Amino acid sequence: MRKPVIATASLAGCFGCHMSILDIDEKILDLIELVDFHKSPITDIKKFGRKCDIGLIEGGCCNSENVHVLRDFRKNCKILVSVGECAVMGGLPALRNGIPVAECLEEAYLNGPTVHENTERILPNDDELPMILDKVYPCHEIVKIDYFLPGCPPRAELIWEALIGLIQGKEIKIPYEAFKYD
Amino acid sequence: MTMNKIIHFKLDGVDCQAEKGQYILDAAAANGIWIPSLCNMKGIKPHGSCRICTVKVNGRPMTACTTPVVEGMVVESNTEELNDQRKQILEMLFVEGNHFCPACERSGNCELQALVYRFRVAVPRFAFQFPVRNLDASNPRLIKDHNRCILCKRCIRGIKDKEGRNLFAFRRRGHKVEISLDPELAGSLTDEQAQKAMDICPVGALIRKEKGFDVPIGKRTYDKKPIGSEVEQPTVNE
Ligand code: SF4
Ligand code: SF4
Repeated sequence: MRKPVIATASLAGCFGCHMSILDIDEKILDLIELVDFHKSPITDIKKFGRKCDIGLIEGGCCNSENVHVLRDFRKNCKILVSVGECAVMGGLPALRNGIPVAECLEEAYLNGPTVHENTERILPNDDELPMILDKVYPCHEIVKIDYFLPGCPPRAELIWEALIGLIQGKEIKIPYEAFKYD
Repeated sequence: MTMNKIIHFKLDGVDCQAEKGQYILDAAAANGIWIPSLCNMKGIKPHGSCRICTVKVNGRPMTACTTPVVEGMVVESNTEELNDQRKQILEMLFVEGNHFCPACERSGNCELQALVYRFRVAVPRFAFQFPVRNLDASNPRLIKDHNRCILCKRCIRGIKDKEGRNLFAFRRRGHKVEISLDPELAGSLTDEQAQKAMDICPVGALIRKEKGFDVPIGKRTYDKKPIGSEVEQPTVNE
């Protein structure tokens, strides 16, 4: 039987959710027996070369590139899972949602206490750079998401149980302690 | 001391006893059955505003925190329909404010969050509103974070000064309504009153300054045990 193929991405996240995947410890050896990893920071494969069974998304969408990657994942993955607070709810990046974008940029590049060398007072404006969105959006407000794993990061146990459930098509029982928003 | 008259009612098919005049929610707890609630707090006059404790009394929806038990009453609480309605209210409360749990001093000890855990809300079914609200840290002892306030009025109902005056009040109207702290009385707010305000608030809307994050993850109130387990009989039905 063909092994299920997993792809992962970190959008507006901190890579903490990816770290939590690694936190399954020695079960990672079982995992690589059970699945293949395709496009993912773990494999460093940059482009989809095949259809994947499961896509794991960390982080919400804060810029045009996040939206592009997320749509690409939706096109190429049969099942898409929002992993963690930021993918599910916007998370800490969404703390900026009440602040106008211009103000955020000015604080970061012109007026912030750590700005030292921007004497020409330039805001990043290269065409190559992704556009910042008006707000940070949870992934399911951009594309259809099939499953949601809460947590900041989701407990390794939750990620493991969910993956096994999806791979083996089994119903899973998540213990109370593993279901958290922080 | 007068003996309170004992009356009988049925809750989810279980024969229960109550003292005459006891509210359904309290009587249920005395019988080891938990009815979810949020705006209600022991020791504070019930208010019936959040509707999470809504049960069906002889088939009609009533708030369990404000409805006294009557002899022979038939009450339903733990049903699929009522639990989904509760879940919807929780989800609405969640998207209607700005709840960034990982950055919240109250996380792990928050009643809204604990209910959301117990009802297993993986994601709210409603769109996030991300309302623009402010945080008021002008008081030397207490921070008011309107992003997290669920307008339960527990602080208004529960905190008075020595003369019985309210320290907190609602101001403005409609969707702009917010909690305000009487500027005159607030100036003399003591550490004890600030702590009491923080304890009375079910969420992280009232935070004592220089407090917070002092209990490690794993040891907070709702880390290991779900809300409600404090009143339930050993067989916790998840
Ligand atoms: S008040 Fe409760 S629900 Fe809101 S952010 Fe804080 S912990 Fe989360
Ligand atoms: S500040 Fe807290 S106690 Fe007061 S109304 Fe808001 S949520 Fe309720």
